[in-house]
Formats: sequence, structure tokens, C-alpha cells
Amino acid sequence: MSSSQLYESPDIGLTGWARWIWRQLTSMRTALLLLLLLAAASVPGSIYPQRSADPNGVVQYFRDDEQLAEVLDFFQLFDVYTSVWFSAIYILLFTSLVGCVLPRTKVHYDALRAEPVQTPTNLSRMPVYQMEKTSHGVDVVAAGTKILEKQGYRVIQRGDSVSAEKGYIRETANLIYHFSLVGVLIAVGIGGGLSFSGQRVLAEGDTFVNNLAGFDSLSPGTFFDPERLAPISVTLDKFEVDYDFINETNIGTPLDFRATVTVRTPTDEQGQTSLVRVNEPLDATGASVYLTGHGYAPEITIRDANGDISYSGATIFLPQDGNLTSIGIIKVPDNLPEQIGVVAFFYPSAVKLTTGAYTSIFPGVIDPLLSMNVYTGDLGLDSGIPLNVYALDTDRLNQVAGRGTDNPAVELRLGETVDLPDGLGTVTFDGIKRFASLDIAYNPGQVWVLIFALLSLAGIVVSLTTPRRRIWVKKVGASFEVAGLSRRDDPRLEEVVRELTESIKKDK
Amino acid sequence: MNPLILNEELSQLSLLVVYGAMAVFTLTFLVSGYHLSQAASSKTKTGSVNTKTSSLAVLERVSLALSILGTLILAAGVIMRGIAAARVPWANLYEYSITGALILMIIYLVSVRSKEVRIMGTFVVGFVLLVLGTAVSVFYVQVASLMPALQSYWLVIHVMVALLATGFFSLAAALSLAYLLKTANWVQNAKTKGQENFRKIMEVFPSKETLERLAYRFNISGFILWSFTLIAGAIWAERAWHRYWGWDTKEVWTFIIWAIYAGYLHANATRGWTGKRAVWLGLIGFGAVVFNFTIVNMFFKGLHVYSGL
Repeated sequence: MSSSQLYESPDIGLTGWARWIWRQLTSMRTALLLLLLLAAASVPGSIYPQRSADPNGVVQYFRDDEQLAEVLDFFQLFDVYTSVWFSAIYILLFTSLVGCVLPRTKVHYDALRAEPVQTPTNLSRMPVYQMEKTSHGVDVVAAGTKILEKQGYRVIQRGDSVSAEKGYIRETANLIYHFSLVGVLIAVGIGGGLSFSGQRVLAEGDTFVNNLAGFDSLSPGTFFDPERLAPISVTLDKFEVDYDFINETNIGTPLDFRATVTVRTPTDEQGQTSLVRVNEPLDATGASVYLTGHGYAPEITIRDANGDISYSGATIFLPQDGNLTSIGIIKVPDNLPEQIGVVAFFYPSAVKLTTGAYTSIFPGVIDPLLSMNVYTGDLGLDSGIPLNVYALDTDRLNQVAGRGTDNPAVELRLGETVDLPDGLGTVTFDGIKRFASLDIAYNPGQVWVLIFALLSLAGIVVSLTTPRRRIWVKKVGASFEVAGLSRRDDPRLEEVVRELTESIKKDK
Repeated sequence: MNPLILNEELSQLSLLVVYGAMAVFTLTFLVSGYHLSQAASSKTKTGSVNTKTSSLAVLERVSLALSILGTLILAAGVIMRGIAAARVPWANLYEYSITGALILMIIYLVSVRSKEVRIMGTFVVGFVLLVLGTAVSVFYVQVASLMPALQSYWLVIHVMVALLATGFFSLAAALSLAYLLKTANWVQNAKTKGQENFRKIMEVFPSKETLERLAYRFNISGFILWSFTLIAGAIWAERAWHRYWGWDTKEVWTFIIWAIYAGYLHANATRGWTGKRAVWLGLIGFGAVVFNFTIVNMFFKGLHVYSGL
């Protein structure tokens, strides 16, 4: 027995089905459900770390529970906002939006050119209605027309009655609002594709050149073309921090970060010097430079037993806490009897704890100290596998200085030179520089995102605050009727009808 | 640059003033609650209406005067906190809470000319007490300088507008709650004496149509301000963090709230979704606002780590 015998249904065919699906998709109810679905689908992205916002959090997740992380990853829960399911929802939502708004635009275009509607026969059934005696000598239809026209209504006289309508801009603004949202989405998409953002850590005196090799890390958009990177270079001349020294409860809190940078272009070798602060990026042509982090870069020199330099320079130390206890890694693969690796701690204001360990009690440089654990062995630099410069794999190395060995950690005050153990050479603490983490970013779409966003805001404000109102005035013998009707909520409708009635009564 | 001077003593004094405001609000809550119960019983007894009506009017006037007094004291506390911290008093969770409570009271007092809104006093003052109580007992932190990331005029604009939006959403939520209580099955078909008394109290409130319409008006104001918060936040994020949008947890929740209230607006234009369902949606939106304000601020990892806790 086939199902057609059970259910009598008209055969609507393929186009019929397509039309039915389209009508469902573009209905207000679907838009509503998709909006709620979008809200719900956004939640996991705030619970699980996202690769785009918090890549280290994702790595940590895999480290903590790899199996769970793999399951989560399969469902794209670490990339929620680029996931198939999230994309599906917003693509459906915007399809629904366009499908709903286009026919409405046609309807509204026709309404804008049409005359106000016929006056209903029974005005007393309207939500707001008033009936009054006509004052002597007043032409109700003429007076109503005159007053309503002055108030900006579109008015038409129909025999003994006046039909008026106003607030067409409510729908116009509503359509602008929805089209602007489509504009936002397109600008986000195209802008994101053409954008890039790169990170670079610069010690004072160092220069960054805006090309692929210049970045420590880079997140390019899909259509990003490295050839089009603006040919600029940025030198970090100076990095300053103001700390609070005055307020007892607030001592050591940074009050201001200032990076003095010089930007050079092929046509301007001399360069322009300017200040980059948090919240005040440098807007150069084709890229902006943002200040996102800072720390210390102690200058360290390592010499072999003969006094020949095997390592020298400002080394980036990553801050570990608010008082800038920092950790730096030094790798010296050549020019020494053995390869050596150093895990160094820097304390800008060192204090010895009762345990014998050091800590920093202030983020500014008051009493700086370097303490180094020294390792020898194969650093693994020749294997060809790229290694993190901020980490040292000590598993296959032999520790020769520091806790747990015969030699104490190598401790250095500013300007001191100390011997390395086992006749490896010497190490000198030459000076202290600061470093700044800079973000270099460019997004040609963001201006358009802003324009469309503001346009949509203007649209929603006008649309939600302007009532679409219909008013009728009708002469009935020696009396007249006034009635009003609004689409949706209209707090002033009663007042408007009452005032109009009064005005007609008093019209001369 | 002028040296920054923080004044923790003044901040402690401000805390005392906030406690004072809470005392006045507690009194307001009791008086307006008593007013509600008196109004409910006067509806049932028809006799001696005149004396009853006048004493009701007195009660209403007293509770209104008390809420104005409480608001003035709270305003003084908020301003003192701003002077103590030498900046706008909305840069950590404690300050958001006291300033947000002040803004909610101001919005209420501005709308109080409408009789239907005035009756919501018990709900509003009760909620404000809850917010202030949590603020002084859980959220309080000493005055501290602004971290450089917050040193921007966008702090003034973005956060102020977010607090305004929250104020409007809160009032809408109070009206929605009244709607749900009024239309609830156990209230409509009251069986016990307690339920019957409650039904009488809910009869003092405006009709469910009025409650729904008023909630809609406050919600659309909130929605517009929230949209502005979102845009202003994006402009600030571009300046401070190099991108206008990065799905930071707080950005995610701002978006979630926006989407729920956008859904609410659609519900109000969809047959079968107006009335109870729309009211529920508005309340879910407000639930997300509260969640964002408390749980997300305090426990979620992200760039907006400004609770100060």
C-alpha cells in the first residue's frame, strides 16, 4: 500500500515545494528562530577557548585532556565562529533577511506612490475614535485637510471625508536597517579577506621592516597579498613606563606606556618620529601600529675562555608577573667548547626570600638581578625543525649551574662579569633595555563596517520611534468624526486624535 | 602630567553613603510594599473608599519621596567615589554596579509621571537593593588607577551607554515579570488564601496589555542603546586591540544579548509570538544581561578583565 492512498494531498510539484520552502525561510517566524539559534550557537565560543582569540588556551586544552579536546575539535568547538554550523545559521539568517526585505521593498515602493486608503464606513470601530458637534461655519473637510497637511500627512479628500497617512519613513528606515546589516556582513567578509595583522617584538633600538620576514607571527586574510604590504619600517627608539609612586595602595601600578617610534618610507629616509600608546596607535599609510605589550630585554654578552664574544645583545625576557619577574632563553650553538643553553630569570627589583629564591617587588628597575641556570649539550638547532626561541627543551641537556647541581645559579648585578662553570667562559650583564610588543594591522573593510553599522543604527532609531499613522475625518450631518489607527505601538495616537478634533472645532 | 592622587578615605566615606542610600531604599521598599497591599485590600472593600483613597495617595507620595531621597544619597555616594578615584566612577564591577543602580533609579524617576510605571516602584527598588547589596558585600574594591588600556574617552561613552541600556532593560524586565505574575495560572485560578491575596495585589498593577506595551517601549530603548554600545565597543576595540571584533568572551555576550533582543523585536511582529512568548523572550534577554554582568565579568577568560576582583 503506497502512502498516496493514505494521505490525499494535492500534488504541488517541485516548484510548489521550492516556493513553500522559500516562503517558510523568509517568514518572520523563521527569522526569529534563526536569531535565537544564532544567539545559542554563540555561547560555546565563550566557554571553550577559541583558536582566533586564545590559541594558547586551545593548546592547553589538548595538553590537559587530549581525547576530549579531539572530540571538541571534531565539532569545531575551538573555531565556533568559522565553523560549518555557525556559518550555516548566519547564511540562512541573511538569506531569510534578503528574501523578506526585497518583496517588502517592492510593496513599500508601491505604497509610497499610492494615495491614502479609502475611508472606512464605520469609523467608530477604529482603535481611537471621537465624535463632536461641528462648530458654526466650519468646513470640516477643508479644515481637516489643511491641518493634517500642515502636520506632514499625505492627505486625500474623498467626498465628505479626509483620509490621511504619515510615517512612511518608518518602513523606509526599517528597510535601510536591514540592508545595512547585509552591508555590514559584506564589509566584514571582504575586509577580513583583504586584512592582515602581524605581531613583532622590538627591543629599544631595533627596527621592524614591514615584509613577511619582519613579523614574528602573522595572521593574513584569505586574499592577503604580501606584495601589497606598505613599504615602511618602524624603529623603536625608546619605551617608557610611568609607575605610581605616590598612592600607597596603588604603588607599582603602571599609569602610562609610551613607545617612541620612527617610521620610515622609501620617500622619507629621515622618517617621522611619533608616540604610540595603548589606545593611541600610529596610523601609517597601509598599516597601523598598535602597542600591545612590553617587558625587559637585558643586554648580555657571553665570551669564551679566550675572551672572544660568542653571544651578545639585548635578549627578550617574557614577563611572568605584575612585578615583571621575567624569563629569558639564551642559546649559544657556536664558538664555545660545547653548545650551551641558558634559562635566565630577571628581577628588576630583586629581593631574596627566606627560601633563598628571589622575587621582584616592583616592576621598575631599582635593584636589578639576573640569575641563570646553565645547560650544556645538543640544543637541537641543527635538526632543521623550527624551535621556539622562547623555550628551551632541557630534557636532553645536562645542567651545569643552578639549583640541583654542584654549582649555584649564575648571579649577576648590572655591569658585572661572572665566570661560567667548567671553564666555559664568562657572562656579562651589560645593560637593560625595554622591549615593546607591536601589532601591525590593516583592514580596508573596517571603515565600511562602521559606515553600515551607523547607518543601521540610524535606521533602527527612526524606524522604532516613528509611528505609521492613519487618520480619518468625516462629516456626518451636523457632527464630525475623527479616527486614528497605527501600525504597532503608538503612544501618542489618542493625543493626536484629540488635538485634531479640538483644532477642527476651533477652526475659523 | 599632574600626579594622580587617589583618596581611599573618601572612597570609604562614599561606601558609607551608599549604605545610607540602601537604608533609605529598604524603607522605600517597605512603604511601597505596604502601599501595594493596602491598595489591594481597598479594591475589595467598597465602603469608606474616600479615607482609604487618600491614605493610599499619602503612602504613594511617601514612597516616591523616599525613592527620590535614596537616589540623591546614592548619587552623592557615586560622585564621591569618582572624586576619590580621580576619574569616572565606572571602571570596575563595584563601580558599574553602584552607577548602574543610580542610572536605573533615574530612569525610573523620570518615567514615574506615568501611573503605570509608578506602581513598579517595589520591583525596581527591590532590584536596586539587590544590586547594591551585592556591590558592597562582594564587588567592593579599593580605588585604583586606570590601567592604560582603559584610559580612553571611549570608557566614558561605551560603558555609560551600556549602563543606560541595562537600566532600560531592567525596567522592561520588571514590567515583564509583573505580566507573568499577573497572568500565571496559579494566580489566575487562585486556590489558597495566600494565592488569592497575591492575585489581589497583582490586580493593582496595570492590565497585561499595558504591561506588555510598556515593556516593549523600554526594551526598544534598551535595544537601541545596546546596539550603540556594541558599535562604540567595536570602535574602541580597534584602537586598543588592533581589531574591531575578535569574539572575545565579552564581545560574544554583547552579541548574544543583541541577538536575543532582536529576536524579541521580531516576536512582537509575529503572529502567535506576541504576548506571553515575547515577554518570556525579553526576560531571557535580561537573564543574558545579568549573566554577562556577573558571571562573564567575574569568571570568563578574556580581554575584558576589569572586574577588579
